[in-house]
Amino acid sequence: MRRIGIDVGGTNTDAVLIEDGKVSGAVKAPTSEDVTTGILDALKSLSASGVLKEAGGASKKLDGVMIGTTHFINAVVQRRSLTKVAALRLGMPASASLPPFCDWPEDLAALVRGGVWMVEGGHEFDGRLFMPLDEAAVTRAAQEMKAAGLRSVGISAIFSPLDPSHERRAAELVAAVIPDAVITCSSDLGRIGLLERENAALLNAALADLSRETIAAFEKAIADSGIDAPLFITQNDGTVAEASQARRLPVYSFASGATNSMRGAAYLSGLADAMVIDVGGTTTDVGQLKNGFPREANSVVQVGGVRTLFRMPDLLSIGLGGGSHVQLDPLKVGPLSVGYRLLKEGIAFGGRQLTTTDIAIAAGVLSLGDRQKVAHLDAATCRKVFDEAARLSEEAIDRMKTEAGDVPLIAVGGGAFLIPDTLPGVSKVIHVQHGDCANAVGAAIAQVSGECDQIFKDMTRPEALAAAQAVANDRAVAAGASRASLSTIESEDMPLAYLPGNSVRVRVRVVGDVAAT
Amino acid sequence: MPLRDITLDDIESLAVGAWVLGTGGGGSPYLGLLNMRALYKEGYRVQLMPASELADDDWIAAVSNMGAPLVGQERLTDSRTIARAVELMERHIGHRFRGIMSLEIGGGNSIQPLMAAAHLKRPVIDSDMMGRAYPEAQMTSMAVGDLVPCPLTSVDVRGLESVVEKVPTWKWMERVSRKICAEYGSIASTCKAPRTGAEVKKWGIHGTTTKAIAIGSAVREAQRKHEDPIAAILSVEPGKLLYKGKVMDVERRATEGFLRGRTRFEGIDEFRGAAMEINFQNEWIVAWLDGKPLAMTPDLICVLDSVSGEAVGSETIRYGQRVTVIALPSPPVFLSPKGLQHVGPRAFGYDLEFKSVFA
Repeated sequence: MRRIGIDVGGTNTDAVLIEDGKVSGAVKAPTSEDVTTGILDALKSLSASGVLKEAGGASKKLDGVMIGTTHFINAVVQRRSLTKVAALRLGMPASASLPPFCDWPEDLAALVRGGVWMVEGGHEFDGRLFMPLDEAAVTRAAQEMKAAGLRSVGISAIFSPLDPSHERRAAELVAAVIPDAVITCSSDLGRIGLLERENAALLNAALADLSRETIAAFEKAIADSGIDAPLFITQNDGTVAEASQARRLPVYSFASGATNSMRGAAYLSGLADAMVIDVGGTTTDVGQLKNGFPREANSVVQVGGVRTLFRMPDLLSIGLGGGSHVQLDPLKVGPLSVGYRLLKEGIAFGGRQLTTTDIAIAAGVLSLGDRQKVAHLDAATCRKVFDEAARLSEEAIDRMKTEAGDVPLIAVGGGAFLIPDTLPGVSKVIHVQHGDCANAVGAAIAQVSGECDQIFKDMTRPEALAAAQAVANDRAVAAGASRASLSTIESEDMPLAYLPGNSVRVRVRVVGDVAAT
Repeated sequence: MPLRDITLDDIESLAVGAWVLGTGGGGSPYLGLLNMRALYKEGYRVQLMPASELADDDWIAAVSNMGAPLVGQERLTDSRTIARAVELMERHIGHRFRGIMSLEIGGGNSIQPLMAAAHLKRPVIDSDMMGRAYPEAQMTSMAVGDLVPCPLTSVDVRGLESVVEKVPTWKWMERVSRKICAEYGSIASTCKAPRTGAEVKKWGIHGTTTKAIAIGSAVREAQRKHEDPIAAILSVEPGKLLYKGKVMDVERRATEGFLRGRTRFEGIDEFRGAAMEINFQNEWIVAWLDGKPLAMTPDLICVLDSVSGEAVGSETIRYGQRVTVIALPSPPVFLSPKGLQHVGPRAFGYDLEFKSVFA
């Protein structure tokens, strides 16, 4: 395996080359306004280091370039580059009083809401029809969408994660009227909870144009850099999708940056089950690795003020980092930070704001800037600040653990110096080489996944688990995994109160290596 | 005291406070809240009326949504459905309702009467029949009072309508109405046995909508000011702080259509070293401290997020959450021997003599 992993972060674009299980090159370039230039610069600098050439001077054969980006989530948060969306819900007569976009922030809804259509359709939790699909009404809706000039369409239906047939049929009917429509079905985004799943589908549809342009720009950047390898985009859950599939489901790469850090930490440390603390300049993310993947959030996740419920890592972010403001009396560390202005505003760099990095320089932990400028900070003062950072970290780690007992902790990110070698509740603190590029490493090593989240009735628990497993396997293979390499990384079941017939909701997730083409 | 207007801000608070009174169950009030936001935007308004204003021969509708919260998450909630259950009952019994009250103030059912009231232009009566959330039909103050359990109307958003005309006991009502609900797809909007003004005044649990609004408003105010929301709740309610801890383990199993199980906690701050365990059947039932029963139904056991002050439900509680456990006093009607028969620890299968934390 030989892959390039790229992480496009808020401050830096990192690129690494991984071959034969080792990091053989790692570079950083400033992230550019247009994103693409930063990627091109990082690739140029990786190329300049010589690692992309064989000893004889020929270009090495690469298996893939994997890019992790915050481009799509930033578009939603900053309300830019969004496409007007036609929302089509199949569920009448239910849910009429809460139409699509009903719980969106007004400013975002005004930008995205192109029109709302609600027609009869949908299923029951046990697979019975809720209402037959009103096909004529779907076609009429499509004609109205066309007349309104809408081509990006989000379709949702009641209990579509259990039976997606109505959404699929409606998509066909819409495509027959609007041949160039870009359609997102909510069942492709999983999870029970109509409003949240529909919100995810509508956000996805709103990103249709940006997604097409961005991924085309990524492809161009790679081609311009002279690299001949397929492009993959990393997903929220630490896996990758081929560029063509990622283009269709951009919301799946919303939170991939943080996930990549955790996956990279697992890879660099060789541990599959551990806590990870990723200390950046402004914030610290704490998560838990299980079988080498971040544990996912089970509850509602807000994106740009919109409630969604789809695959996202469960992370706790606290305001602690290498650029955190330090106040000595009374002692306070963070949450304010100088961020990327550290090299101008930190005391050791001639600035006026005392930061955690200044403390580390004074204590001799880091050799940066001018140590004379922080010579007035004595050892006891530094100790107090480090203790406070350790206390904040310890509390965050403890909140994110899912079981009692001491666990190993992998510390990554540029601010990892703030994490001491011993912490209560932690069996061992592990600092890894290339830990500051853990996110790009995580991108480079990503696999392909498949998931099933469904309610099963009148089955024994093992039968239900096996049925869910089969669905997840098929989905992973459809997404590009090789069947032989599949392994189950998550399996949980939840008995359902008030539903008859021993109903149990089962969620199974499997991953596998990218299948050879 | 005359009728008072309920503001949208009151309803936002009601959603938070009702979740606290849900004592771990009752379902999230979120979809009901969204409906009320939409209705208020369209100009609908709701008024609150104290039960003391009722004439003895007034007729009062008692409403609730019944079924699996999960189905509600897919079909969502349409504010008109619950109004239809009330209209069906009016047609069936031939009386016009003076006002509408909630079966249970805990959780999502706190908002149901407001939705019906908005459409039908009647006041919401400031009383309910549980003062919290409970899982079954016989666990109400009306059942303790041995009032007739029927008829009941049950409707679905597609227009299906049923009337349960005659059953001998509240338990029978639970069985038959639950069956109808299952056929509908495990969700139904119901209007319970109509009550007279005299019955509501005698057997209702009074002031509970006002109470839920006050609790929610205290929590939201504390959140805004970054103050301790738990202290805020205890400043508006005569409650008792029982425990502060961290969730160590959650064990769930579905039996007879209920979510049963237990949650174990490890103490923090002044409770360091003390272990708590809370058993649940949808709602929190018995809290044990170091193996001894500390609080039990019908006292309200509320598990709250220590930082936000918002309630934590038995369906979603999980390891690592920092929680504060408080108790709120039971409505007096449940403290009689007859009341304890319906909702005391033995009604949930615990061989314990009820002892209140407020005794």
